[in-house]
Amino acid sequence: MSLLTDPLVQRMMLVAVMVGATAPIVGTYLVHRRMALLGDGIGHVALAGVAAGWLAGSWAGLADQDALAIPGAIVFAITGAVVIERMRARGIAAADVIMAVMFYGGIASGVLLISAAGGSNANLMGYLFGSISTVSWSDVWVTVALSIAILVIGLGLKPALFAVTHDQEFAYSTGLPVGALNMVVAVLSAVTITASMRVVGVLLVSGLMILPVAISQMLTHSFTRTMTFSMIIGVILCITGVGITLFYNLQPGALIVVLGVLLYVVVASGASMRKRRRHRREMAVAA
Amino acid sequence: MVAANRTAADTPFAVEARGVRVRLGGHEILHAVDLEAQPGEPVAVMGGNGSGKSTLVRALVGALPLTGGSVKIFGAERSRATAKRIGYVPQRMGAGSGVAATALEVVTSGLLGAGQLRPPRDAKAKALASLEDLAVGDLAKRDVSTLSGGQQQRVLIARALVRDPDLLILDEPMAGVDVPSQEALASALRRRRDAGGTIVIVLHELGALAPLIDHAVVLDQGCVTHVGEPPHALGVHALPGHDHDHAHTDVPEPPASPFAWEVRK
Repeated sequence: MSLLTDPLVQRMMLVAVMVGATAPIVGTYLVHRRMALLGDGIGHVALAGVAAGWLAGSWAGLADQDALAIPGAIVFAITGAVVIERMRARGIAAADVIMAVMFYGGIASGVLLISAAGGSNANLMGYLFGSISTVSWSDVWVTVALSIAILVIGLGLKPALFAVTHDQEFAYSTGLPVGALNMVVAVLSAVTITASMRVVGVLLVSGLMILPVAISQMLTHSFTRTMTFSMIIGVILCITGVGITLFYNLQPGALIVVLGVLLYVVVASGASMRKRRRHRREMAVAA
Repeated sequence: MVAANRTAADTPFAVEARGVRVRLGGHEILHAVDLEAQPGEPVAVMGGNGSGKSTLVRALVGALPLTGGSVKIFGAERSRATAKRIGYVPQRMGAGSGVAATALEVVTSGLLGAGQLRPPRDAKAKALASLEDLAVGDLAKRDVSTLSGGQQQRVLIARALVRDPDLLILDEPMAGVDVPSQEALASALRRRRDAGGTIVIVLHELGALAPLIDHAVVLDQGCVTHVGEPPHALGVHALPGHDHDHAHTDVPEPPASPFAWEVRK
């Protein structure tokens, strides 16, 4: 019982629920558009933003080196997302090539900036793999604010965002503002990544966006229900992962993603067994 | 030519494309193409593979930017406002669909548009009615990616018709479609025409729609080569029992026997 009244545990659980519920929202749109790896590309760029924030902080002589890290990540991630979307929309390069450039550009410039800013390894690991156990109340409020923005926009615009990610050509013909809606998806991805960075880190953030969607996809035929189920699965994964680390000294971000992969394997084998059984039954009826 | 006996005082064309040019990947696909459709008139856009017919309709609905020329819809420059009057049926289900979506969800998305980012309250009833109109109401809860080609096509047409459009634009709706779906489609189009709707339809051959269409624009390599009566597909003319008696000015003589037609095919 005392665990639940511990302010750190409360902060961790609050962040876990928020991130678990919001990451799969954007994940559903990205999977639907077959851009599941966009989160990785933007995540790497966000890392460069963290490093740029450190550098700016040390130039400004701030006592807290991390003060500008999250703002830096938000600015870089949104800029990166907007650039990817514009290049994709104008057909300058294929989406996967643009994402690859972002990957390498983000991580390489991130490492360069970090070496210039003199950030510590422990700090860097926190952003790479998440550091939910050091989360402060101000971190919590930033995550809550970003999560509310994602919930309001991601769920409020769901019909239009579905239309645009499902069939862009048809969406153009109906007069929907296709360019603006595509930009909303890109910016929402960037915001989601910055919000989830504290929990799973930039290297694994995409896993939290995509895995719950991949799992719920096997459970339903409807887009809306896929999104709802994936939000529930995201929350369960995050709470379970963080909960286990209260008792065992494990890395929470990695644990959440591994739990997701395990659940995926279980559901996938269940689905394939069901399919085989139905097939056998149909064959028996036919015979 | 349809336009010959018109005056400026007439009601505007449902579609009036003038000198439309479209470039894709550095190549000009359409070279100054004109297309007119009178309100209430079904027009077929015909031509071989790569003639630019799909590009033309995609440009008409605004899915591709024009590099030259203009498109007017019911007399107004094409804009997000005129899009409200258009129902578009693309050739295939969208490239998206990494996540499953039900036929009902797909058809409901047809109710959105400029200034309408969320479906209206009665969206579900409208979408169901539209699916029923195409005799696929029982598929409403099925994942569209598991449907047959013909069933998918009917869902796409239901999505366009749920908008109650004045102008219906279809891109090869008959390609790879089973016979029951072709019939459902032909009767849906007939009802649309009888209700005064304008139809612009890309077709490889007239097939089951032959009785519906008496005006065609034929494209070849991005240029209009024929406007007027549709050049009936060789196959139709070669078949026994064929009873059309219109002029065949632009069409080569049909081969002598059905057997010859089979060989040519």
